[in-house]
Parts: sequence; structure tokens; C-alpha cells
Amino acid sequence: MDARIGFRNTKSILFKSVIIFFAFVITIPLIIVLLYIIKQGITQVNWHFLTGVPKPPGEKGGGIANALLGSFIMVMMASIVAIPVGMLAGIYLSENPRTKLAYYAGLCVDILQGVPSIVVGIVIYVWAVKPFGGFSAIAGSIALALMMLPIIIRSTEQTLKLLPDSLKEAALSLGVPYHRVILKVIVPCGFAGILSGITLSIARIIGETAPLLFTALGNRFLSTNITGQMESLPHVIYNYATSPYDDWHDLAWGASFILLLFVLTLNIITKLLTRKWKIQL
Amino acid sequence: MENKRLELSNDQLKWETIFKRLLIAMSIILVLIMIGVLVTLIVQSMPSIKSMGIGFLWGKVWDPVSNIYGAYPFLIGTLLTSFTALIISVPFSYAIAIYLGEYNPKGWLSDLLKNAIELIAAVPSIIYGFWGMFVLVPIIRSFELKIGVSPFGVGVFTSSLVLAVMIIPYAASLGISLIRMVPSPLKEGAYALGATRFEVIRAVILPFTRTGLFAGVLLSLGRALGETMAVTMLIGNSSLIANSFKEAFFGPGNTMASVIASEFNEADHTLYVSALIELGLVLFAVTVIVNLIGKRIITKFTNN
Repeated sequence: MDARIGFRNTKSILFKSVIIFFAFVITIPLIIVLLYIIKQGITQVNWHFLTGVPKPPGEKGGGIANALLGSFIMVMMASIVAIPVGMLAGIYLSENPRTKLAYYAGLCVDILQGVPSIVVGIVIYVWAVKPFGGFSAIAGSIALALMMLPIIIRSTEQTLKLLPDSLKEAALSLGVPYHRVILKVIVPCGFAGILSGITLSIARIIGETAPLLFTALGNRFLSTNITGQMESLPHVIYNYATSPYDDWHDLAWGASFILLLFVLTLNIITKLLTRKWKIQL
Repeated sequence: MENKRLELSNDQLKWETIFKRLLIAMSIILVLIMIGVLVTLIVQSMPSIKSMGIGFLWGKVWDPVSNIYGAYPFLIGTLLTSFTALIISVPFSYAIAIYLGEYNPKGWLSDLLKNAIELIAAVPSIIYGFWGMFVLVPIIRSFELKIGVSPFGVGVFTSSLVLAVMIIPYAASLGISLIRMVPSPLKEGAYALGATRFEVIRAVILPFTRTGLFAGVLLSLGRALGETMAVTMLIGNSSLIANSFKEAFFGPGNTMASVIASEFNEADHTLYVSALIELGLVLFAVTVIVNLIGKRIITKFTNN
């Protein structure tokens, strides 16, 4: 009997060790990737790298200013569209959870969240590139906006659902009209949660390459023309990484480092915001 | 005075209606976008569907020069990479779920691990691909030399490895919250009967969360199927069907997403573009079905 208990205990301890091993071993590839990118990238970053434009292959130096500016412009334009639309749709979903429209809209959010980014690229190519005869930053922004939407909608909906009903009832009983209750009471109360959804969605799209391949493509020059092609950070990495030149690989490591920095910062901000709100994104 | 107040409230009433309509309009737009995506994909693949019919799916030859298109190599490539990645990732995601859900749900170590897992999902796919090209590919190449297959370095196996790491967070983070939802009376009952920790996990926690954990695996699968950039950079982009399983597994291949990414901009005639879009339609349909089944199971599970 004793021996049997000993055996069972050993098995239990053994199982625990295996679980701990598997759970922690997965951080190794993450650490290796992060350290490698930092090691390769940090030596590339200097003032010239951040403010210069790419040079032809063979010439030393060159920078990624065009990609930084392009990413900034496209993320901005995507946010301007996706944030209000996403918030309003999220408010609708949290306020009217039982309507037929809410069911279908919720279904669409679920579907949109799972659509592979490359398919978004194709669809926006058909919508915004083909009819206008060329790749454009606008098309890229639309693709990015489409990828932002589900995250913003879900975070808005979940944050607002967490707020107590009494808050809304108190405001309504004072005779405040519905839209002011939502905009001046409910949304400000859930502001941190909604904001965390926004930062998370930006962190997600800033590294998206696939939807930009067929929409904004790239541009070797510094450009602010939103109807023309525009470079972006992930695309410049893709372009340089798959090129045969060592100088360009170095630029790509530098660009990866910058991109990683952006993503990490945005994720930390999101973390700090969600800690306060305990929402699951 | 009275009149002015009435006017004011009329004004407010007008805004209230506008606001409510705006909310509804945005939700309708969302539905319209989704319908638009589906219709666009179907309409644009029409030339290809008309020309090749349903045989497109098992056509073995993909030859844009002679205008012959068959999706079979990419279906095989997608399934092979996704399921290999899934098989590699499942032990890890289950272990993370059990460890953070049951053994160590609180404290700094668990926070650290949880943040690390979330970070894995946050790192952009392009960075995994770039790293894989320059670090993993040489390693795999020497490994392939040792086991005696053609040392391409790139290929299905390499992409599956990277893909496996990338999809772990999706199953893991769902698993963590599900395992934490197991009612403690159930666990305490088992402990009271003299069960060890391992027996509680095996006989109470895992059976209780089985469907939910499965849903997490489906979400991971959905990610793996549609993952584009890392796979495109690592799979070697070959549209030929390998002669043996060994060659198919270690040699270069293509997935549906990677062939679209690498060939769409070069596609120069209607049928070629249309065939690629039809691949996109297939990919869309498969990922949507996988994701929706996963989400449905989760909703059912959390409501019970």
C-alpha cells in the first residue's frame, strides 16, 4: 500500500516537472529571437539611419526615414477611420446585445478577426487598387483599418459591458439624453479599456506586412503622397531581407529592431491600461 | 423661458435619434463589409472557377506559363505545415495552460511567463521570418545534411517549427482561463478521496476542460492556416509536388497564403490572378469555419 502511494506521488511529481519544463522551455526561442534582433539591430541605429532614405545597392549607408514616415501616415489614416467606427459599433454591441443586428455584427467581428491578413490584402486590392489603377497609401490604410476594427470593437464592447448599469441609470434618471449619457458618462468611465484596445490594435497592424503587399507596396523615396505608393516598416524589412545584398540585410536588422521597439512599447502601454481594467482582449 | 427649454430638449431629442442611428449604421456597415469581402472573393474567382471547375482543388499542376492551375500542391503544403506546427505546439500550449491555470496561477513568476507568452504573439510575423532565414535555416541545413536529405534549409519543416512557436499563445492563453474556471469543489472532492495532484489534473481538470482546450487548438490552427509572411520567407516557394513524403516534409513547398504573397503582384493575366484569388477564397472559407467552430465551442463552454 505504501509503495503504491509512493509510486503515485512520484508520478505526480514527475508530471509536474514535465509540465514546468514544457511551459518554460517555450520562452527560449522568444528570448533567442529578441536578443538576436536587438544584437543585430542596435548597431545599425543612428541619426542617419533614422533620417536618411535608402541608397542604391552597393553604396554604404542609407536609412529608413521613408518607411518610418510611411508607416506613421498609414497607421494614422487607418486609426482615423477605424477608431470611431469601431467604437460606435462596439457601443452598439454592448448596448443592444440581444438584437438580430447585434448577432450578425458580432458574427462579422468574429469572422473578421480570423480572416488571414493576406486575404484582406487581396480584397482591398480589388476594392481600392484595381479601380484606381495603382498602388496607394490610401489602399494600404483601408487594409490596416479593416484589421484594426475587430480588436477595437471587442475591447469597447467588453469594457462597456463591465460597467455597472446603475451608472447609466443614474445619468438617465437625471434627464440626460441618451447620446450624452453614452458619450459623457459611459465612454469616459471605460476610457482606459477602450484605449488599451486601440493601442493593442495599433501594435498589431504596425507589424502587418501581408495586407500591404498588394495595396501600398513600397517606395524607395520619401513620400507624403497618399495616392501613390508608400513604404512601411514591415515591408522594408521584407524587401531588404529577401534581397541579396549584405548592406540591405543590415538595414533590415535595424528596421526590425525599430519595429520591435514600437511593438514592445505599445504592448507595455496596453498592459498598464488593462491591468487597471482587467479586461481580456 | 419655457419655450427655450422646449426647443433645447427638441434639439437634444434630434441628436439622440441621430446618435442611435449612427450606432446602428456602423453595425450595418460592419455586416456589409463582411458580405462585401465574401462577394468580392467569389466574383473575382469566377473566371478561374468557370475555367477549371471544382477540379481546381485537386489539380496537381500549377503552371502559370501554360495557364494551368491546380491547388493541390498548396492544399497539401498548407495542411502539412499547419498540422506539423499544431502537433509540435500542442504539448507546449497544454503545459502552459496547466502550469499557469493550476500549478502557479498567481505570483511574479506566473506573471512573467504569462507576459512572455503574450509577447510571442505580439512579435510581428515578418520578424520571425527574417530571423528564421538567417539563423534557423543554416541550422536546419546542417541538420538535414546529417540525416541525409537534400540540404535546402528552407522548407515545410523549417516553417512548421517557426509556425509552432507563433501559434502557441492562442491555445495557451485560452487554456489558462478555462482551467482556472474549473469549480474548486470538484477538485477538492477528488483531493478528499486521496487523489494526487496529477490524478486531479487527469481525472477532473482535463475532462472538464477538454472541449474548451480543443477550441483553443482550433484557434491556433486558424492562425497557422492563414499565417503568411514567416511561412513565405521560410518555405522555399516551390509549387512542385515532391516525389516522397520525406522530400515533401524537408524540401521546399508552398502554402496557399505563401503562394498568394509571392505571386500575386507578378500575376499578369486574368486567369492567373483569378486562380490566386480562388486560393484566397478557399483559405478564407477554411479559416472562417475553423475559427467559428472554435468560437462556438468557447461560447458554449463559458455559458455553462
